[in-house]
Amino acid sequence: MSNEAVLHAHAATGHAEHHEHHHHHESFITKYIFSQDHKMISKQFLVTGIVWAILGGLMSVLFRLQLGYPNETFPILEDILGKWAKGGKIQPEFYYALVTMHGTVLVFFVLTAGLSGTFSNLLIPLQCGARDMASPFLNMLSYWFFFISSIIMLSSFFIETGAASGGWTSYPPLSAIGDFSEGSKAGMDCWLISMALFIVSALLGGLNYIATVLNMRTKGLSMTKLPLTIWAFFFTAVLGVLSFPVLLSGAILLLFDRHLGTSFYLSDIFVSKTQTALPNEGGSAILYQHLFWFLGHPEVYIILLPAMGMASEIISTNSRKPIFGYMAMVGSLFAICILAFLVWAHHMFVTGLNPFLGAFFVLLTLLIAVPSAIKVFNWLTTLWKGNIRFTPAMLFAIGFVSLFISGGLTGIYLGNSALDYQLHDTYFVVAHFHIVMGVASMFGMFAGIYHWYPKMFGRHLNHTLGYIHFWVTICGAYLIFWPMHYQGLAGAPRRYYDISNWHFLKGFDGLNQFISTVALIVFATQLLFVFNYFFSMYKGRRLTTKNPWGSTTLEWTTPINPGHGNWPGEIPEVHRWAYDYSKDGRDFIPQTEPIGAEESHH
Amino acid sequence: MAQTAVPQEYKWWSGGKSPFNVSYGKLMMWYFLMSDAFTFGAFLISYGTIRFSQEYWPNPNHVFNAFPGAGHADLPLAFVSLMTFILIISSVTMVLAVHAGHNMDKKGVQKYMLWTILGGIAFLSCQAWEWTHLLTGYHEVLIDGKLTTLNTTVSHNPWGAHVEYNGQHVGTPGPVAFGGYFFGITGFHGFHVFSGVVINIIMYIMTTKDVFHNRGHYEMIEKAGLYWHFVDLVWVFVFLCFYLI
Repeated sequence: MSNEAVLHAHAATGHAEHHEHHHHHESFITKYIFSQDHKMISKQFLVTGIVWAILGGLMSVLFRLQLGYPNETFPILEDILGKWAKGGKIQPEFYYALVTMHGTVLVFFVLTAGLSGTFSNLLIPLQCGARDMASPFLNMLSYWFFFISSIIMLSSFFIETGAASGGWTSYPPLSAIGDFSEGSKAGMDCWLISMALFIVSALLGGLNYIATVLNMRTKGLSMTKLPLTIWAFFFTAVLGVLSFPVLLSGAILLLFDRHLGTSFYLSDIFVSKTQTALPNEGGSAILYQHLFWFLGHPEVYIILLPAMGMASEIISTNSRKPIFGYMAMVGSLFAICILAFLVWAHHMFVTGLNPFLGAFFVLLTLLIAVPSAIKVFNWLTTLWKGNIRFTPAMLFAIGFVSLFISGGLTGIYLGNSALDYQLHDTYFVVAHFHIVMGVASMFGMFAGIYHWYPKMFGRHLNHTLGYIHFWVTICGAYLIFWPMHYQGLAGAPRRYYDISNWHFLKGFDGLNQFISTVALIVFATQLLFVFNYFFSMYKGRRLTTKNPWGSTTLEWTTPINPGHGNWPGEIPEVHRWAYDYSKDGRDFIPQTEPIGAEESHH
Repeated sequence: MAQTAVPQEYKWWSGGKSPFNVSYGKLMMWYFLMSDAFTFGAFLISYGTIRFSQEYWPNPNHVFNAFPGAGHADLPLAFVSLMTFILIISSVTMVLAVHAGHNMDKKGVQKYMLWTILGGIAFLSCQAWEWTHLLTGYHEVLIDGKLTTLNTTVSHNPWGAHVEYNGQHVGTPGPVAFGGYFFGITGFHGFHVFSGVVINIIMYIMTTKDVFHNRGHYEMIEKAGLYWHFVDLVWVFVFLCFYLI
């Protein structure tokens, strides 16, 4: 048997499968539930992500009520939440559980699974010219591991002692000992088990994305002809495959410390509740932080890179201009990918980290500004003198760039250890990462949904609702998070249940109410989007053409509602890069068109 | 392996083919192994961090000096050398199984897979013995001026520094991190060996049922082999970090 035989045999079965599709009826279960079609799996990820985003957003509305109105009571909350809102007031344990779960849910379930899971699944086979993922079966498993992980995380809210409440980072010793807080009892076990399953899901997905991009590109589609979306998803997958296992190690050691009496993170610290010292010896709580942030920092790029990739694609398409500096874009994605692994300790400047060592992490952290700036300027120069079409997707993509700049600049402050001693764990940090990573990536996700919705469902989203959605969300995002910078500079600590007790923060009472009110309005507007999403699925304007945006990429060469296998006949061959817009007097030239004899070089 | 001749200027990355000339399954296995290497890397680096922050660390030659049936003879690292030898031999039989697969030799694949499975089970049995020996072996140590006995667990360690007590040398409790990391990491590795044995058993059954023969190639054996060699390689690092250093 030769290697050729293996490769050939695989290609042959691929053909046979494809042949079957023409006369092959799927049941409801194989089509909608245990589907192995990447397009259906991407919709499953998206819908689950939307449900999580609503829940995660609702959590923030609840704790913003507490922060904005610490002295008021809302009797209706007690009717709904029972003992967690005794007397109409969010209880401290519940407040911490809400903050923790809001972070966990948004970071992992919405912006990792919901974003990367949706669009890597949808676009990698479609834009690479593949019939499906390398392994559709593992791809299906990836979703179902995510689903089980979701169920476990959700169920932790219904435990007597409540959900995990030690912050989304779950630092020990707080997260290791049940006597320290209610949320560190069974809720924390649910959190750890759910995260372990989530890591399995991310791994299965990531391996598939990498194998598909490398192995399954159609004829002619060399790596340098790939749309930037695919490059971004590829690097995202590599980041995930190499960083999530480290969190798995950290979570396993934490589980052992909780249940087997090991001393990885714990030492003989005193527990006030039981008035005794722990029996453990010699563990290091800082060790957990190293393991956590070795994932945690790449994680922010796992969240951000897909948004960057989609913004690049959408900005280029709707400016009717080639992306500016394609290779620089790829190079800066790569640079971000490498640097992502070398900066984790900048989350730990105040843990007693040697300041000399800190200096190197400062340097490496600030280096990220270089590829980030390259990307920003390339987006701006792509927009420059473009023939811009302000579709909702385009607005969200431009909004992404705006937020990425605003939030990125404060990253330069925080990346300096000398400034971080002052700003660490204040609202300045909250403002920074919500703008640059949270809201910016949500904008990337919205841009992606508005842009590729027609490919998903064969219908358009309602644009008027889209414009309202955009303007309220972008204004709201800045109105919520901009003032938090000032609160943080003034010394307001994050995570606290009630900061109105301090005299020096008294002046922020009104501002806090304002932020909470805006948060409520922005949350309501997201429900408008959810309505638009589900309404348009059935009542949206139907697509009349295969290629509604005049795009060059391969996904728009498939039928309006492609079946399993994507292209009815042969897979198209690619002859050019993905950014031939406004070239030689033509609006756009699809990737499938051979290069003409007279054609100019780009 | 019979490779077809490849022209000089062949464009591997131009799409329509695998740039590494491998199937997606093997590619995914390689990336999975990279990912798994990071899991073990995190464990071993954590172990190193904690170990070098301790004032005292037990000498592995004293801890691991027993051999089944040899009574109280002092045989430093003899048993673990045997375990390592067994695991490495099982890697050799795995290579032979893969080679037999290349030649479409079903009987050969069956024979060598069986040896590999046996090697894996033998290794796990040795590990079970070693764990039992540590967990049930009580040693005299001096705690708070009194002599008591301790076994080696995730929260006890009898292998501390020796001190002078009533004119004789006695042990003291050592760092508990020793047991935590030893059982944690060798356990995690043992879990990998166990899953490898399960995978190999499935491969053996599939071979017996002619699944690979009918498919025309034994690539699955190769993929199981990659995993098995990786588990072997990890053991080399575990061996180095816990027994040799």
